[in-house]
Amino acid sequence: MADLAPYRAVLASRIRSQRSYRANFRIDLISSFMVGLVELAEVWVLFHNVHSLGGFTFAQILLVFGLADVAFSLADLAFGHCDNLPTYIRAGKLDVFYLRPQPLLLQLITSDISLRRLARVLVGVVCVVAGLAVNDIAWSASTVLLLVVSLVSGFAIFSAMFVWAAGAQFFLINGAEMTNAFVYGGRYAATQPAAVWNRPLKVVFGFFFPMAFTGYLPTLEILGLPGPEWLPAWLAWCTPLAAVWAWAMAMLFWRIGVRHYQGGGG
Amino acid sequence: MSPIIETRELTRDFHVRDGLRRKRIRAVDEMSFSVDAGAAVGYIGANGAGKSTTIKMLTGILVPTSGEVRTCDLRPVQDRRRLAREVGVVFGQRSQLWWDLPVRESFTILASIHALSSADERARTDELVDRLEMSEYLGTPVRQLSLGQRMRAEVAAALLHSPRLVILDEPTIGLDVLSKQRLREFLVQERQTHGTTLLLTTHDMGDIERLCDRVLVVDHGHLAYDGTLDGLSRTVGAQRVLVVDLAEQTPDLLGIPDTAHLGSESRGLRQRLAFDAERTTAARVLGAVSEQAEVLDLSIEEPDIEDVVRRVYAASR
Amino acid sequence: MRASLLPYWRLLRAGIREQSTYRLAALGGLVANATFGFLKVAVLFATVRAAGGDLNGYDLGAMSAYIWLSQGLLGSVNLHGRSDFAERIKDGSVAVDFLRPLDVQAASIVQEVGRSLWSLVPRGIPSVLIGGLVVGMTMPTSPGPYLLGAVSLLIGITIGAAVVYLVATAGFWMVETRGLQILYMVVSGFLAGLFVPIALFPGWLLVLAQATPFPSMMMYPIDILSGRVTGAAALGLTAAQLGWLAALGLAGHLLTRAGRHKLEVQGG
Repeated sequence: MADLAPYRAVLASRIRSQRSYRANFRIDLISSFMVGLVELAEVWVLFHNVHSLGGFTFAQILLVFGLADVAFSLADLAFGHCDNLPTYIRAGKLDVFYLRPQPLLLQLITSDISLRRLARVLVGVVCVVAGLAVNDIAWSASTVLLLVVSLVSGFAIFSAMFVWAAGAQFFLINGAEMTNAFVYGGRYAATQPAAVWNRPLKVVFGFFFPMAFTGYLPTLEILGLPGPEWLPAWLAWCTPLAAVWAWAMAMLFWRIGVRHYQGGGG
Repeated sequence: MSPIIETRELTRDFHVRDGLRRKRIRAVDEMSFSVDAGAAVGYIGANGAGKSTTIKMLTGILVPTSGEVRTCDLRPVQDRRRLAREVGVVFGQRSQLWWDLPVRESFTILASIHALSSADERARTDELVDRLEMSEYLGTPVRQLSLGQRMRAEVAAALLHSPRLVILDEPTIGLDVLSKQRLREFLVQERQTHGTTLLLTTHDMGDIERLCDRVLVVDHGHLAYDGTLDGLSRTVGAQRVLVVDLAEQTPDLLGIPDTAHLGSESRGLRQRLAFDAERTTAARVLGAVSEQAEVLDLSIEEPDIEDVVRRVYAASR
Repeated sequence: MRASLLPYWRLLRAGIREQSTYRLAALGGLVANATFGFLKVAVLFATVRAAGGDLNGYDLGAMSAYIWLSQGLLGSVNLHGRSDFAERIKDGSVAVDFLRPLDVQAASIVQEVGRSLWSLVPRGIPSVLIGGLVVGMTMPTSPGPYLLGAVSLLIGITIGAAVVYLVATAGFWMVETRGLQILYMVVSGFLAGLFVPIALFPGWLLVLAQATPFPSMMMYPIDILSGRVTGAAALGLTAAQLGWLAALGLAGHLLTRAGRHKLEVQGG
């Protein structure tokens, strides 16, 4: 195991500096909380108009939203600043990373942490708890296991999305919106009842970017629902595989990106 | 002594888009040189001559297109992480410090990044703080420092892990005379006490004169000159100019030893004297001037490095 | 053209030209517009179907028109809250702006509008075309809605720039405005009708939305362009937009004065 002290030192100082601007930190927390709340409201408004959507009631979609949102906001907390890579490249900060004896990707990931996003995790947690409480669930050890596995794998999947996007940024200076379409579009997709998707969307957000694995599939399995074409409930147990796939893709893109940067992109 | 930097036919191409076509530009062209441990080398050239590209290849940030490079007996790209422990780099234009943290905290983080023991960390930090005179602003966030203060902190940050090789890219750019002076004195000391090797790029002839015993001039990716500073001065005849503001209107100061009077303004209130740094010093010239007139203010114009480079380019073609 | 307006005209064109150089960014934006668009189609079409084919006056064709027009406007209406002006306050270059013989507020808004107008070319129009060709939509057949819609759209874009300018002026008094900017991003998008048309909001939320300038930025121009609102009602929406624009312009003017005063007194 590599020595973690350097990463701890950077992160601890980042945390101290964020908490030192108290007024700003409070506004940051509030806006972060609002982000979660408004995203929930987007879903709720639809269910205000119709009773069920894609085979789900609002109570049921609450669990999908909660699971996906907890995973996403935790990943955003830990990996979200990977979005800053283009800024780092332009400011020459990446070159500074090269001059330190740690792996580049680890330096990038641990270069910051956005504590404000904790407020958003809170919204997701409340949704998960509410979703588990209001739905009729046949509790068993495997339900608990599935919940834990889904949250951990979901976190890994969304984290991989941030790393994948960072790798692609080496080629796309100024083209960040291209990856945003899949990172943030992926989050949007992950909170939807995937039964409403057509086949191309199922390919893109069901499997290639395995968004359905973060909330929708585990919810199907926990609630004992069958699932639509191409997305049977038992796939919920393959969530760790989806996470491995997402990370494999992320690392591939990161490798290619770094090689491009060293090879001439700069 | 084994060389600390060695390049053989080091070459680096870039592809740039020119309208719709892609064009290949050779930034560094079959460059071969070596630097002995303990040397102090100035690396100068016009903007875009290939200086930064070379530095990036020496430190493992860029992969060479062809040719070989070894730094501290390591392959920079493959052994990047081991090399990082041996090399310290100061970029005049980009910061390695944490912008919103106190200076002291940046040092603590860097010490842990380089895995210094707490005893080493304390000893080295104390040494650097003392010699770079940073004690009064150690608790100040980096963003509130003056440029001179920040540059000293940057240098300390790059040297904290006592690297064998220190590469400085434009370390004195934008600094006032006093800050430049302090920084140069520090680097001379550092070299004397630790035997550190220095490689620096600069636009300031004063940096070269006071710090370097060897100069490399690069032109379009080629080495145009490799030799001592004496040789370079002889090649181009570089002179410095002392400008004095005097208390009273004074006749032209013609008899000062080893100087040439360049001109007077405001009926002798301001006079310009050129002198050759090989033969005399600014202090000696100033002393001689003070005997004849009361000096209110002075400044020294360094020879323009662009001009030196141009002359080297002209001579080498 | 009156000489005093010439600089603003030039700034508008500079904004357009500047934006036109970011080709890869525009392509990325189009990919983002289309991806989000298809996700919105999936979930909103399912909602219309679940409601029996008519959801508060939206059938599939009208819903598609809403989706692709809103996606098309995404690059032009500033719903993210970032602006050059905010950056210029933060790094202090705003002091230079105050030295110019131009109205700082007008100059900043005009330049943002220029950038937004350009974004219609590589992002806006293609998004609507993709939607029209791949999904299909119902659009008006007479010229009236398009003419009034174009006017309403221009006002909407200007309102967006004016509100974001207001957000930026907070930087005169706050060290860090990122939190505020994110807050703006979240609230403006939702209340402007970016994710769900505001006609689907429950009553109290609809009233709340209408009490803000956000629907004027996106929802009203879409309602007029898509022919959902016509005749006197459409003119009414445009009048409401103009009212908001005047109010926001005045607020921005006062805040600019106060901010300038603060800079002069305390030196930033």
